[in-house]
Amino acid sequence: MTEFLTPLHIIFYVFAAIAVCSAVAVITVRNPVNSVLSLVITFFSMAAIWMTLRAEFLSLILLLVYVGAVMTLFLFVVMMLNITKEYQQSGFVRYLPFGVIIVLLVIGLTIAAVGPQYFGLAQMPAPAPEPQNYSNIHNLGSMLYVEYAYPFEIAGVLLLAAIIAAITLTHRPPLRRKVQNPGDQIAVRPEDRVRLIKMPPEPKQEGA
Amino acid sequence: MVSLTEYLIVAALLFGLGIAGIILNRKNIIVLLMSIELILLSVNTNFIAFSYFLNNFVGQVFVFFVLTVAASEAAIGLAILVVLYRKRKSIEVQELDALKG
Amino acid sequence: MMNVENPLLYIALMIALLPLAGALIAGLLGKNLGRPLINTIVVSLVGISFLLSCYLFKVIVINGHPTVDDSLYTWATAGVLRFDVAFLIDRLSATMCMIVLFISLMVHIYTIGYMADDPGYMRFFSYVSLFTFSMLILVLADNFLLLFFGWEGVGLVSYLLIGFWFNRETANFGSLKAFIVNRLGDIGFLLATAAVLMFFGTLSYHDVFQQAPNAVNKMISIFPGHEVPVITAICLLLFIGAMGKSAQVPLHVWLPESMEGPTPISALIHAATMVTAGIYMVARMSPLFEYSPAALSIILVIGGTTAFFMGLVAIVQYDIKRVIAYSTISQLGYMAVALGASAYDAAIFHLITHAFFKALLFLCAGSVIIALHHEQDMRKMGGLAQYMPVTYLTFAIGALALCAIPPFSGFYSKDLIIDAVKMSNMPGAGYAYACVLAGAFITPVYTFRALFMTFHTKERVNPKLRGHVHESPWVVLVPLLLLAIPSVVSGQIMVHPMIFSHTTLLGDSIFVLPEHNVLSQLSGEYHGPNMMALEAGKTLSFWLAIAGIFTAWLFTAGVPAWSEFLKNRFKWIYAVLVRKYGFDDFNQIVFVHGTQEAGHAFYDVSDVKLIDGICVNGSGRLIRWFAQVGRLLQTGYIYHYALAMVLGIVVFLAWYVWGL
Repeated sequence: MTEFLTPLHIIFYVFAAIAVCSAVAVITVRNPVNSVLSLVITFFSMAAIWMTLRAEFLSLILLLVYVGAVMTLFLFVVMMLNITKEYQQSGFVRYLPFGVIIVLLVIGLTIAAVGPQYFGLAQMPAPAPEPQNYSNIHNLGSMLYVEYAYPFEIAGVLLLAAIIAAITLTHRPPLRRKVQNPGDQIAVRPEDRVRLIKMPPEPKQEGA
Repeated sequence: MVSLTEYLIVAALLFGLGIAGIILNRKNIIVLLMSIELILLSVNTNFIAFSYFLNNFVGQVFVFFVLTVAASEAAIGLAILVVLYRKRKSIEVQELDALKG
Repeated sequence: MMNVENPLLYIALMIALLPLAGALIAGLLGKNLGRPLINTIVVSLVGISFLLSCYLFKVIVINGHPTVDDSLYTWATAGVLRFDVAFLIDRLSATMCMIVLFISLMVHIYTIGYMADDPGYMRFFSYVSLFTFSMLILVLADNFLLLFFGWEGVGLVSYLLIGFWFNRETANFGSLKAFIVNRLGDIGFLLATAAVLMFFGTLSYHDVFQQAPNAVNKMISIFPGHEVPVITAICLLLFIGAMGKSAQVPLHVWLPESMEGPTPISALIHAATMVTAGIYMVARMSPLFEYSPAALSIILVIGGTTAFFMGLVAIVQYDIKRVIAYSTISQLGYMAVALGASAYDAAIFHLITHAFFKALLFLCAGSVIIALHHEQDMRKMGGLAQYMPVTYLTFAIGALALCAIPPFSGFYSKDLIIDAVKMSNMPGAGYAYACVLAGAFITPVYTFRALFMTFHTKERVNPKLRGHVHESPWVVLVPLLLLAIPSVVSGQIMVHPMIFSHTTLLGDSIFVLPEHNVLSQLSGEYHGPNMMALEAGKTLSFWLAIAGIFTAWLFTAGVPAWSEFLKNRFKWIYAVLVRKYGFDDFNQIVFVHGTQEAGHAFYDVSDVKLIDGICVNGSGRLIRWFAQVGRLLQTGYIYHYALAMVLGIVVFLAWYVWGL
């Protein structure tokens, strides 16, 4: 029993359940904001699981980068797009069984492929506990900057390309739209806008 | 100890849900992008689990890069979404059928 | 290497090639050189050929020179097979050469007068000489292949000549019919040649005949489960070829239509030479036929049928040339009967005498026709004896020879055949004997009916021509006279050396097994030609002939009303005879219409529906259908595409997990 229900197990199952439930919520809730928030919860729980797998740096990076940056970005866009919340998912119910079957097939086959007979504790024992001065960041850094320095640089270039792409896609230069220039607005003088003209009165027309 | 299988099962579940999100989603593209993030998350989990059990650090390095690419891809995806919204004033996936055969 | 034999070989080559030269000169240079020059050149070439053949005859037959069998030129070799241009000069071929060239010479001279008004004069001369060349090759050939070359050559020239007046539709039909029916016979001949090659390994007569006795027991199964002796199969197939050429029933249908051609070629080709090619071929192959009693019986039956039934049809014909045509078919039946009874010498003898008097009859008919300005219907003739005495006389001589009245030539040959068949004990000989005996009555009926209707009885000539009918020019009459002489005397002269002498004229060209040799049995009763003529009074056939002449006189000149009476009383017999037993109708309905309908069916079903509809258009439609269905997959929705990808993943996963 103790092998089965160690604290690690409890932590794992709790966070796994939270992750799965919020993943379901991501795809089912109507409100897109709620959807994004559910995804945030999923990331949090997965980060906890990663922590149990001794990937401390990466789990924190997941939180900082993914949740902190990417999900925030998602929220920005969702807010900005001002999506109405009323419309239903049309066609969702009709295709639901078919889709569910397919998804269940995928999940079932995958689980069958990675069943305990292949990857159980007998085949893949848990590794020994790390020594006291184990530093995940240190190992990660030494590997990243020494062996994989070239891909690291390329990843940087990739990010640069992404920045440029994102800006180019969404930038609307002033040529194509009219923008207000506050400086000009303030500097306007009454003479530029209004012109008083003195006109002699017209004689009255017959029968007008 | 939690065996590798359990981690992989969790990852498989997340993967399936991500695919379900792509297939069954007709409401908006945001959910599509988020489903892609779910898929990537499950793949990362797989990598880290294997890296832990096989005592090989390359898995974690790979996750690093996957995170990088996922972030940039999410950014560009959202940029495209914004441009699309400007054009069509709607982000319903069902309306994107211009490539219909 | 010049040895004694080679000169004869080259003489034979000259004999064959001189008419070819004449054909080429007349055909290519005829228009430039003018008629008198062409006449001289061509006729003299054929004449020289004839003289050379007489010399050859003298050397081989009279002086007893041994057979010359040598190759002039090896055309091709294929492994162990050699295809040679080789001549076999023995008694049979020397005799045939002489006969062919004599008749050909007569026809050449006759043509000068007959075709004088025809614009295709040069073409005609060229074709006739070409025919002579082909026939000579056929006769002189030493192997099956060269024989087939000559065989096809005479068939081709026959087609060209029957359709000589190509503007006439009936002439075109007639020539096509002749060629096609001939071709049917050629199928048999080709199959026989193939069988010979297969079983004997050689096409040369000499080698085949040497091996023949050893191959008697070999069997071949043509239809599975049914075995026939090889020699019987070969002989039957050869006889099918002979049936096509020599107009035996049922491949006789072309010969009456071939009367569409000008009369000289009817005389040359369809009386004397081409139609006898089949008979010649069977006589030549006697070493093979002797070993196949089945084939001989079948020849007897077919020959007898032809002899009798075709004679009956001749009685109801009104076209003078048709009468003589059916008479030819009937006489060919006689020759076939003689072949079936193993009396090959008698068959060749009858071939020779028949060549003379039938050519004579045709040329006389031609003389009458041009005198009446191309009128051929006997109902519009009559009473011409006083205007055309020479023609009348020669026609009468030919008729008497045909009816086997002694001492004319036909008597000797025909009587010999009748006696030989009587003696033969092959199965079918009885039937054949009955047929030829009945034919001995029928032949005079139609012959003298023609004679009386044309030259006696009252004049039914077209009124415009009356008074203008006169005898034909001398170029026409001289061949008639020259042919009349052998018609009278050739029988008497030749019967002894041909049949009854110790070494017959044809000698070892003909091979007869002792048990089949009926002619040697007959020789016991033979006491010389004069006695044979006088003893004719004892034979049934002579009295049948007299009765036939009398019947013919009765129904045409005596009491013509009786013929009308008979025609009305026996309407259905008359109808059957007029429709020639329905052979033509059968061919028309079954083969011609059948082929046309089959062609239509093939076109409509297999060409239009199957190939065009299903294969060509259908594959197009199939692809279009696929494209239209496949198009539905491209909905434009991303989630559908993702679904497709996921389905693929599912399949791969399932394959991985369950090893599907």
